[in-house]
Amino acid sequence: MFYREAGQFKTNYQSDQAVFPILQDRVFIALVLIIAYGVVPWIADEYWLQAVLIPFLIFSLAAIGLNILTGYAGQVSLGTGAFMAVGAYATYKITTAFPEINILLVYPMAGLVAAGVGTLFGLPSLRIKGFYLAVATLAAQFFILWLFNKVGWFFNDNPSGTITAPPRALFGITMTGPEASPEVRYYISLTFLAVMGLAAKNLVRGRIGRSWMAIRDMDIAAEIIGIQPLKTKLLAFAISSFYCGVAGALMIFAWLGSAETEAFDIFVSFQVLFMIIIGGLGSILGSILGAAFITIVPIFLTNFPPMVGLAISTDLSKHLEEIIFGGLIVFFLIVEPAGFARLWQIAKEKLRQWPFPY
Amino acid sequence: MELLNILFVAPFLDMADSPVFLLEVIISGLLTGVMYSLVALGFVLIFKASGVFNFAQGAMVLFAALTLVGLMERGVPVIVAIVVAAAVMVVLAVAIERFMLRHLVNQEGIILFMATIGLNFLLEGSGQIAWGSDVKRLDVGLPDNPFEIGDILLSTFDMSAAVIAAVLVTVLAVFFQRTTIGRALRAVADDHQAALSVGIPLKTIWIIVWSVAGFVALVAGIMWGTKSGVQFSLSLIALKALPVLILGGFTSVPGAIIGGLIIGVGEKIAEIYWGPAFGGAIEGWFAYMLALAFLLFRPQGLFGEKIIERV
Repeated sequence: MFYREAGQFKTNYQSDQAVFPILQDRVFIALVLIIAYGVVPWIADEYWLQAVLIPFLIFSLAAIGLNILTGYAGQVSLGTGAFMAVGAYATYKITTAFPEINILLVYPMAGLVAAGVGTLFGLPSLRIKGFYLAVATLAAQFFILWLFNKVGWFFNDNPSGTITAPPRALFGITMTGPEASPEVRYYISLTFLAVMGLAAKNLVRGRIGRSWMAIRDMDIAAEIIGIQPLKTKLLAFAISSFYCGVAGALMIFAWLGSAETEAFDIFVSFQVLFMIIIGGLGSILGSILGAAFITIVPIFLTNFPPMVGLAISTDLSKHLEEIIFGGLIVFFLIVEPAGFARLWQIAKEKLRQWPFPY
Repeated sequence: MELLNILFVAPFLDMADSPVFLLEVIISGLLTGVMYSLVALGFVLIFKASGVFNFAQGAMVLFAALTLVGLMERGVPVIVAIVVAAAVMVVLAVAIERFMLRHLVNQEGIILFMATIGLNFLLEGSGQIAWGSDVKRLDVGLPDNPFEIGDILLSTFDMSAAVIAAVLVTVLAVFFQRTTIGRALRAVADDHQAALSVGIPLKTIWIIVWSVAGFVALVAGIMWGTKSGVQFSLSLIALKALPVLILGGFTSVPGAIIGGLIIGVGEKIAEIYWGPAFGGAIEGWFAYMLALAFLLFRPQGLFGEKIIERV
């Protein structure tokens, strides 16, 4: 009843090819954006912004990046953490070398650096497929982090070996580092996610997105109908790494403030992979839902026992958290292997017919 | 120029300088390689028989070793403890089949892979809750005495690790190639549905293969635990086994062994002769780069089944 496209006539090609062809979808997106921009920062306190919302937004961006590569182009990658690290370190290098460059421009520049590195490590994908490729991308993960740890140039030779976000101001407002207010950092992360999320949505329905999906479904067949595997696969690696790079940059500059390479270790790669699998492979909305699930569940698990008055040792609660988290993942994969995106689709089907499902 | 020297000349001069040392490096590399192979073997078994890329193998090693140590700490004799730990691994295999795999038949590879990562968390958490998370010493009575052949220093422990691995591989190879169950396992690996339709009991097969993998994990856990103590980091050796796997091929038992040996030797040589040129600590990624280089020439690994694609 509420979600019904009947009566919405498309009278020109433009409206037929819109990103969101159905009115209800447009209204929904607009509502989400209005709430995210106008309402959330007013009702959320600092803890919520810093511990829940900002990481959620940043990981959503990374998940969209990985979903482009794994969900749409079918290339499994375990190097997400490393590509995020490239973005973070590139931002750090650029903004310390050229402090006068507008910080909001530095993020996309760092993304481009990450895209270059991603393309380089995407080269083996032309010959290696499936799990072999997944393990091969681990080479990127370990090599890049080792490089950032070992070579002083990357962290400006500071003795602690960490990179710290220097305060950068724009229009008189501090934008980065611990001095920036959580609201500002929230707005920056949100804007990047909104813009790049829409761009991704737009990208995957066009020619490029379709060629990715053709490669994913069967690369030999795709090659025969005239899609160049070289160009398509490398483009997927480049764009995916761009997203991951920007996410990594935001992770340091808008969330953590300072970090070592450990912030980007292999568990981050796994975490992002979890997000897209639980959210749904090949779905932009799924990436965001998956990111929400994976960032919020551990926080909930940490805070829940004290809330109901259970006092358990941190050691035990850490292990319990692991057990519950692992169990939930297995449970979700059994119940709905296609992820949240599929649940959302089913919900829409139901809404279309409600209240007369016959 | 200096860089070229340090990369391409100096290491070889060092090698030529003292061949005995080089031999020692190679042998210690081979013995480390055997240890990697033990872990990789578990991966291969499960992948061969159920097409599942079992990321939880490392956690299974940890779980098995923790169970063993926990029992021995409570005064259970070694032999009994090993038998009980093996029994626990069988129970675990039954549980995994009952609660996880049965519901995931015919899912895509990546979904199964993800499920085993979930299992990985489950096992790590529950193993450490049950038996505690501090470092434990494991001593099952394997002798560890150094001895010399010629000028080369060896230890009886490393030798027994090599012998155990050799026996294990022989038994597994015979099991896979010569027995009815082995044949059924290979059929399941080829095609779940086809195997079901010719009357192979999928559930039983999966329980058997996960039990065998659990048993291999127990052996690996004993060896690694004796060598470096039983602790959480034991589950991270799975990450060491992955390059071995892709180098040898996911589906080949001999591949796991040869791959392990190549990685072990390559890693040791690189660390000792080229490590200084890179500023050290290169063993974290060297194995992956080595495997990657091999893959560029043989995309299915050294002994993997040739990938034939039809449109």
